[in-house]
Amino acid sequence: MVDLTFAPPPPFPETETLRQEVRAFLADALADRTPAQCAESWQGHDPAFSRKVGAKGWIGMTWPKQYGGQERSALERYVVIEEMLAAGAPVSHHWIADRQSGPLILRVGTEEQRQAILPRIARGEAMFCIGMSEPDSGSDLAAARTRAEPVQGGFVVNGTKLWTSGAHQADFMILFCRTGAGARHEGTSQFLIDLKNTAGIKIRPVHAMTGEHHFNEVVFTDAFLPETALLGKLGDGWNQVTGELAYERSGPERFLSSFLVMVEMLRVIGPEPSERAAIAIGRLAAHIHTLRRMSRSVAGMLQSGDDPALQAALIKELGNSLEQEIPEIARLLVDCEPSLETDDAFLATLSLITLHAPSFSLRGGTREIMRGIIARGLGLR
Amino acid sequence: MTESLIEATAERLFGDYVTPKHLSAAERGGFAADAWRAIEEAALPRALVAEEAGGFGMPAAEALTILRVAGKHAVPLPLAETMAASWLLAGAGLIIPDGPLSIAPVIKGEVLTLERRGAGWHLAGKATRVPWGSCATAVAVLVVHQGTPMVASVPRAAVEVTHGSNLAREPRDTLTFAVTLPAEAVAPAASGVDPASLRALGAAMRSLQMAGAMARLLDMTTRYALDRTQFGKPIGKFQAIQHNLAILGSHQAAATAAAMGAAEAVGEGLRLFPIAVAKVRTGEAAGLCAGLAHQVHGAIGFTYEHSLHFITKRLLSWRNEFGNEAEWSLLLGRHLATAGADRLWHEITAA
Repeated sequence: MVDLTFAPPPPFPETETLRQEVRAFLADALADRTPAQCAESWQGHDPAFSRKVGAKGWIGMTWPKQYGGQERSALERYVVIEEMLAAGAPVSHHWIADRQSGPLILRVGTEEQRQAILPRIARGEAMFCIGMSEPDSGSDLAAARTRAEPVQGGFVVNGTKLWTSGAHQADFMILFCRTGAGARHEGTSQFLIDLKNTAGIKIRPVHAMTGEHHFNEVVFTDAFLPETALLGKLGDGWNQVTGELAYERSGPERFLSSFLVMVEMLRVIGPEPSERAAIAIGRLAAHIHTLRRMSRSVAGMLQSGDDPALQAALIKELGNSLEQEIPEIARLLVDCEPSLETDDAFLATLSLITLHAPSFSLRGGTREIMRGIIARGLGLR
Repeated sequence: MTESLIEATAERLFGDYVTPKHLSAAERGGFAADAWRAIEEAALPRALVAEEAGGFGMPAAEALTILRVAGKHAVPLPLAETMAASWLLAGAGLIIPDGPLSIAPVIKGEVLTLERRGAGWHLAGKATRVPWGSCATAVAVLVVHQGTPMVASVPRAAVEVTHGSNLAREPRDTLTFAVTLPAEAVAPAASGVDPASLRALGAAMRSLQMAGAMARLLDMTTRYALDRTQFGKPIGKFQAIQHNLAILGSHQAAATAAAMGAAEAVGEGLRLFPIAVAKVRTGEAAGLCAGLAHQVHGAIGFTYEHSLHFITKRLLSWRNEFGNEAEWSLLLGRHLATAGADRLWHEITAA
């Protein structure tokens, strides 16, 4: 019988002390940020903040101590990241590295790569971006055309990556590209690129519809990479990248993107809501509470070394829809005209998220791709 | 996920005894006595009570998984109701009668009255929509007497019954009480148990039944999509159908997660927040999943002959029983509004 059950999240009372510690840290560290700044969520960028988080031992916290980690559990990490998101902490300087690039290097990197990079990530000093999508390769990642040709002492890369979030700020990119013969999934590999010290890479901003600069186009023109830049096995790129995507899809950032709209809405509505408002708020809370249980279940799976790719797709599918629904509900419960030019906390948060909402079901794999993964899990593909 | 022994037992029993024939007989008012006897012999109705009262003394979260399995099979018997009544009676130190049982009242705002009458008690009032009331040998009634929640064990024969039903033709009867009970049939409820907790237990139980029913829908609908051929291929190969099934699957998964959270909450002193969450989440998923299952099944699933309706009619009824999504959302929403914006995340994580 087909069954998409999530195991109960493992009980972990020890995390409560950690949670209080994180809350106290954030109350202090975020005191000067406006609600609209906080609403940027994991796209907020503040290297000084990330260094502070690193100093607390909260980046790469599950990794071995020899690489700057703390050898703490996936559940403890879960507590840290959900508290960061719920508070709207500007985590983008360390987010991608902590979530997927670091774990990937730990899993497939050479000893030299691990020692060189992981401690820097853990200190909050190495920002990563992901070189996956291309102009003609969006959802269809296997259509990537960027190629690294083997040459004496290394590889030469030519091609264009697109929608690369944070490339203009990042220290490193993990590049997915073709390295061999074969079509589609075959002959692909991953590389660890030092963006600040590699010639032949041009980074151009692609402004989002809000006018913000998160995305970039990254053009490689005869960019030389030393042999030591190869990450993992030559030709094993597809397997490595799909493993990485499960980390990218199951976390609380897939259902908390609009959480601060709900917080500010609740503030406007006050302690004595209309029946209609109370019902809407209660319903949203029920959805968040449930997704959080599912997401903690995945943290449990990661802790025991299970592959959560299907569960991650289920969480992202449901979570993205909820994130998009929250601003729609808020605008009907609180009469307002949205504008980005406002000092009003609710209006600023609502307006920003309204404009970000279309991206929620695109980034990290579109809704359609998630549904395809679920259908495969059901045996339909 | 690994299946517990109790789940495996329930799965085997229900698989043997609940067939489309039994289900349509139950709709016509028949009581599946053989199935009930088998379920009673396996002691499933007492799964929520301690060993000394004839139960297994297992954690409530585990005992309640029986109801998820029962929901999968659309078991047309008062298993949830007998479990709830047994829990209520055992908590009050009263004897649990043999046979199917039910609980009353189940509708918000309905109140019965209990008065001293000689050495015994007089119970009066009307309880509507009592699940399986007409089939029960006795009803466990929760009634507040001078501020103290009391439990009364009332033989069905002493009650006037007017028949009613839900969309799946499960009995939902009106019971009129005007009965004098001996002293030993009435006792104070277990500490902390009041009318709100009985309603919460009912909501948790319906959530689990709905989660099971949705798992069945996903299974039936996936199989059907792989079997049914149109335009020269199984309809499950069309992306539109695959997406409908993916949506069904995701809501089923969320409903199950929420319902299991409610089962744990029952064992933790009936914590209201996770139970409210579960009834809201499963109730919302129920209509959505039933609709998608029917859409994929097409016309055949709309016929009496196909057994899909035994599941969907239950979902469309259970979501309204023991409080609909609006009622439980309101409770959550008011609680969160009182706590305030800066406590919202604290409240969600603490629950």
